[in-house]
Amino acid sequence: MTDLSTNAAAMAVTAPGTHRTERYIPLPLNAARLLTLLGVVVSIASTFMSWTYTTDFPGDLTVSGYPGGLQIMTLIAAILTGVVALGAFRVKGLSWLNPSRSHNSVLLLALGTLGTTWYTVIDIAAKLGGLANLDPGAFVAAIGSLELFAGALALPIDRHPREDDDADYPELGALGGLQPVAAGYRRLRELRPTHADIKVPDPRRLNVWLQRLAIVVVFAAGLKVLTFGLATSYSDIFLGYMIVVSFGFWGLGAAGLLRQFQQLTRNNRVFSSSVGILAAIAYPFAQNNEHWANLGVSVLIVGTVALGLNIVVGLTGLLDLGYVAFLGVGAYTAALVSGSPYSIWSGVQFPFWAAALAGAAAALVFGVLIGAPTLRLRGDYLAIVTLGFGEIFRIVVKNLDGVSGPKVTNGPNGIAQIPDLSIFGYNLGAAHDIGSFTLGRFANYYLLMLVITVIVVLVFTRAADSRIGRSWIAIREDETAATAMGINGFRVKLVAFALGASLAGLAGTVSAHVTNSVVPDPYVFSGSVPPNSAFLLAAVVLGGMGTVSGPILGAALLYVIPEKLDFLARYELFAFGIALVLIMRFRPEGIIANRRRQLEFHEDAATAPAQRPLGDDTVSAGTAGA
Amino acid sequence: MTTTIPHQPTPEQAPDGGPLLQASGVIMRFGGLTAVRDVDLTVNTGEIVGLIGPNGAGKTTFFNCLTGLYVPTEGTVSYQGTVLPSKPHLVTKAGIARTFQNIRLFANMTVLENVLVGRHTRTREGLLSALIRGPGYHRAEAASRARAMELLEFTGLAAKADHLARNLPYGEQRKLEIARALASEPGLLLLDEPTAGMNPQETRATEELVFAVRDQGVAVLVIEHDMRFIFNLCDRVAVLVQGEKLVEGTSEVVQQDERVVAAYLGEPFEGTPGDGPTTTGEQENDR
Ligand SMILES: Nc1ncnc2c1ncn2[C@@H]1O[C@H](COP(=O)(O)OP(=O)(O)OP(=O)(O)O)[C@@H](O)[C@H]1O
Ligand SMILES: [Mg+2]
Repeated sequence: MTDLSTNAAAMAVTAPGTHRTERYIPLPLNAARLLTLLGVVVSIASTFMSWTYTTDFPGDLTVSGYPGGLQIMTLIAAILTGVVALGAFRVKGLSWLNPSRSHNSVLLLALGTLGTTWYTVIDIAAKLGGLANLDPGAFVAAIGSLELFAGALALPIDRHPREDDDADYPELGALGGLQPVAAGYRRLRELRPTHADIKVPDPRRLNVWLQRLAIVVVFAAGLKVLTFGLATSYSDIFLGYMIVVSFGFWGLGAAGLLRQFQQLTRNNRVFSSSVGILAAIAYPFAQNNEHWANLGVSVLIVGTVALGLNIVVGLTGLLDLGYVAFLGVGAYTAALVSGSPYSIWSGVQFPFWAAALAGAAAALVFGVLIGAPTLRLRGDYLAIVTLGFGEIFRIVVKNLDGVSGPKVTNGPNGIAQIPDLSIFGYNLGAAHDIGSFTLGRFANYYLLMLVITVIVVLVFTRAADSRIGRSWIAIREDETAATAMGINGFRVKLVAFALGASLAGLAGTVSAHVTNSVVPDPYVFSGSVPPNSAFLLAAVVLGGMGTVSGPILGAALLYVIPEKLDFLARYELFAFGIALVLIMRFRPEGIIANRRRQLEFHEDAATAPAQRPLGDDTVSAGTAGA
Repeated sequence: MTTTIPHQPTPEQAPDGGPLLQASGVIMRFGGLTAVRDVDLTVNTGEIVGLIGPNGAGKTTFFNCLTGLYVPTEGTVSYQGTVLPSKPHLVTKAGIARTFQNIRLFANMTVLENVLVGRHTRTREGLLSALIRGPGYHRAEAASRARAMELLEFTGLAAKADHLARNLPYGEQRKLEIARALASEPGLLLLDEPTAGMNPQETRATEELVFAVRDQGVAVLVIEHDMRFIFNLCDRVAVLVQGEKLVEGTSEVVQQDERVVAAYLGEPFEGTPGDGPTTTGEQENDR
């Protein structure tokens, strides 16, 4: 315990350019620890009290002795904070809970606790009209979380290195020339916590069965967290949930747990992907509710399409602004061969596999038709042409109604009454009982879409890590150098473009059946209904270009958040724009950083001396704890 | 440094000593500016040929004409007797590989991946085989990796195979460019200022590297401002001034030529290559 405090004091005066730890509030270390733990205890205790008199506030916070609604958020955040704090304080046997031993995780989780608690308290007062509606429990919670946050601020926090006195800040513009402004700005920059370069013990030294157990536990917990969030019935609760989840991830990342988990999954690739798929399969069973299953299908569809777009944008670096049209091509193809009475070939009904192939093939043909003349050009031409193509597709489809043009697509009315799919005699339109579970229509389609998603993920990963995938990335990095290495830029780009298009087409065939009808209107560049080109592009950028899970996560977030926060409805596009700007400014690599980005850290770790002693006790403690 | 460069000579390699590359009457005009005027140049198998000239003489432009990056206004470039198409990837496929004056690595790929991209023309696997991943695919991929690792070994970068290219120090980035170019199993390697920005030790190492490359049967055409490097290395040197080839000959001939001295060196080049500090001041003002 004492070694750390002297350490921290010594580190506070380190030279510029080196990593350092410093506290925001000067308090003796033990007092800070006590304050933090006290804050945790008080926050936890407060959730068992009543926070308000009336049941008018969402989630019923009137019950004493049992946390409910938003109180659960405070409870979970406080418990997590306590857990990483005990790890950071190196309590014997618990240090595996915080492998990086950074107090940053405590601070971030404390901030999450503070955020959700104060949000709740303020929301109660605002919604119900005044502080008079608060029970003592609410005040205890507010004070407890504040105490916790204050305690965390007094802990030694890992910070960005000191910057040179004469460092230049071009982002300040002309103001940067003023000495006090620059100095103030530098001080602000030095306040920023960082934990990116802290080494964590390699979890791969654990027994392989323990590793697998950890993977299963994490996936189960992830499924629980996901379903909990989707099950929230009020936007108030969902907002509190988002606060806790965001800070939770950030905090667990600072603790090094996410990095360890990543190492585990990389080490047990097959095992963890099977567990991941099993968790995804378990989703409709864990949430026996058609609305959530519907949400699940929609997320899988947009996620899969975003992943296809990721080949074009993320790997090859081609900006495609009309990508949603390929989804439309697939959907319309499937609708035409579905046996719908509104199809011009109403007698034709392809089995699903044939319809899926036809949809993918049609999209592929369109991809080649659009790509062949434009991919020879560099730069912005492609963006403009694809933007045009997206619009042309929608307008043409609208006009092929037998009046303005030949009757193919039934114009603006679209093709309705698309019959449900039947695969091997299993009718996806009807509910099926499996044991004590009932799989409804959307759950059936969810499972079908899951198969498609797995296929697309497989295609993406295999293509990305191969000769052709490397040439895509090479083209993205430097097209001139790539061609000088013997890569036929045009051909390779065309393959990427066509592959991306056909994956979207494939997803489109399922989406036509899920919605029972296809109409031209959703296939626009930008709109408030999800599958549009801007949405897909945002999902890729937000989630992380060039990664597998990034676009899927991005699509899920962009789809679910507006769904849950109904007050956003009018400002959705605005919020969307703000989110993109913030991401581009503060985390340009997206939520999930590319493996290549992580190599930078890997390199730092390899060349820089270890930041802190890495005792072996972590592993033995981990073994004992797990 | 290992001396066994893992090079499998290109099948239809010309007999030893024959002309490998033959550029005749190459003219490159940019609007009113003629960057390359009627230049003839031959590189024979097993030769190291130097190309020197003051800044802006048109050396890089000439390289770009050779490798299909520019379509020469006039003139032809033939390799092993066949006229080269003006498509960079076909030129590489034919057996000419190059590096760039301003390093053009794939910055966000790893060192190994950079070299693997260089193997592109010597491997066949398309998208389908990548998706199916049959035994043939795994064999080809493993062979490619093994060969890339050999090249990294050869250039002394093996320990950094997993690092991002952009995180390498400058000298190693230049080496990686050479390794990447060699990965395409060229018969002729074009190096555009391979030692620019290097310290004397690194320059020496590069010199040895170029010799080792030549010893494996790869002809080298090298642009350089470092005279000592050039005169140490080259069997023949051509001097380009204002787009025109002024002189061509052995190091001695070129060093003694008054026009070269006047146009380029400024003062007589003292001493034989390799003794004492001579023209090192010359290339400092280059960048
Ligand atoms: N794409 C281009 N368009 C117009 N002018 C060009 C182009 N490329 C090169 N030039 C001009 O051609 C001339 C020769 O340039 P080049 O880069 O070939 O010189 P260099 O001999 O390689 O010089 P250095 O030693 O500085 O590398 C210069 O005047 C340059 O400005
Ligand atoms: Mg040049």
